[in-house]
Amino acid sequence: MFKSVKELVALATEKNVPISEIMIEQEMTVRHLERDEVYAMMERNLEVMEAAVERSLAGDGVESVTGLTGGDAVLLQRYRASGNGLSGDLLLDAVSKAIGTNEVNAAMGKICATPTAGSAGVVPGTLFAVKDRLNPTREQMLRFLFTSGAFGFVVANNASISGAAGGCQAEVGSATAMAAAAIVEMAGGTPDQSAHAFAIALKNMLGLVCDPVAGLVEVPCVKRNAMGGANALVAADMALAGITSRIPCDEVIGAMYEIGQMMPSALRETAKGGLANTPTGRWLESKIFGELSNESIK
Amino acid sequence: MKYRSVFDIIGPIMVGPSSSHTAGAARIGLMAGKLFGEQPTDITITFYGSFADTYRGHGTDVAIIGGVLGYDTFDDRIPESIKIAEQKGIRIHFETSEALTDHPNTARVHLTNGSETFELVGISIGGGTIEITELNGVPLRLSGGGPALIVLHHDRFGAIAAVTSILADYEINIGHMEVSRHEKGKQALMAIEIDDRMPSLVLEEINRLPQVERSVMMGE
Repeated sequence: MFKSVKELVALATEKNVPISEIMIEQEMTVRHLERDEVYAMMERNLEVMEAAVERSLAGDGVESVTGLTGGDAVLLQRYRASGNGLSGDLLLDAVSKAIGTNEVNAAMGKICATPTAGSAGVVPGTLFAVKDRLNPTREQMLRFLFTSGAFGFVVANNASISGAAGGCQAEVGSATAMAAAAIVEMAGGTPDQSAHAFAIALKNMLGLVCDPVAGLVEVPCVKRNAMGGANALVAADMALAGITSRIPCDEVIGAMYEIGQMMPSALRETAKGGLANTPTGRWLESKIFGELSNESIK
Repeated sequence: MKYRSVFDIIGPIMVGPSSSHTAGAARIGLMAGKLFGEQPTDITITFYGSFADTYRGHGTDVAIIGGVLGYDTFDDRIPESIKIAEQKGIRIHFETSEALTDHPNTARVHLTNGSETFELVGISIGGGTIEITELNGVPLRLSGGGPALIVLHHDRFGAIAAVTSILADYEINIGHMEVSRHEKGKQALMAIEIDDRMPSLVLEEINRLPQVERSVMMGE
């Protein structure tokens, strides 16, 4: 099994195959599966991602139990359709779909964790936006997920993908960097460019704390997925333009791990610090749990 | 390496909102329910660390109870699991503890049906992946991530040989194995790390052994 991005890129470059292929072959070896079986498993994930995006954009969208989040994916699609968007059509589409996936998640709907539920919007959000530009085959869409997974695999084994362990940088940060690497591959970039896109994206997520209001995966998680999607697209474009990261990918992952270790527990998914501890954050918390306790908690 | 499969990273398919606090919790509950093997009359859950601070907001409570009832991460009944359990006459107790644990997402599941009790401690390490760190008071030192087999069996001669010979028949290699028991002649426990994923028929065969009470696979 590959242990670092350096190893992953070297394997792909040596064999002259995309990074997705290295991940697919490893999965077949480790779990004794045929290629068809591995594809079928990923296809199920892709279908859940598609259904979540569709659900989030139907009608006025979804609303969470608390009413804290929901409906923003639809607002952004309407604004995009007006043609007045400033930051680019594809980028707004990605951001809307990233938000939508996380709105469905907050509403206790069905999603596919990529790599976690709190960060489940970035990878599918960018995938379904880039898809309309690059017109990939179904197999290329699956490969997008294998490439994301390959980079996430290195992060999970060398650092962390848990907000409670490493802060939001480990969740939305990892998702953003995974998406950036996969966008590069789908757009025809090299494995090395994927690694640079990953490093550029993750560097800009370092230090991001996990401070959810009332401990819910809603505020600010939904909007952090939006910015993750935007960050991933820009990082991918930078790498495709030939820009490289001065700090190698694996060292950025190491830095993320180190920062996570230094982060106080109040900022690691305990709802004790940061946005959770603002006056409004605390007010929302008491309002939500006040209402919940009348209803279901004895 | 804690993570071995791309589907630990892209996946699981799950009911929101949190992979560690909802899906991971469901998997801890599922493991406990499977190992207990019958419907409990009382479920007591103790949450530690981040689980203790945020379990209500993440649906950790409904997820872990849903797991004990046998619901997997993607089961639409998870949000209603506490109500469903109470309709079945199961009493549910939640406790939080300030005790320091090795991992911030730790839960202790205590099940009883009056005559038998069972206790399991699980940690949710991220992305829905879990590890079991303690079973019926016995610490487990599984390296995590890789596939492992947990067998509850009668503390009798031949039990270990019977299980390992089935593994040998199917050419399944054992990487690490621990055997422990509470009291001589009562229930004992095997935790066996294996190199590869095991077909479900092997598990069925092990479960049919007269010496074995129950066995489950982890880390598939």
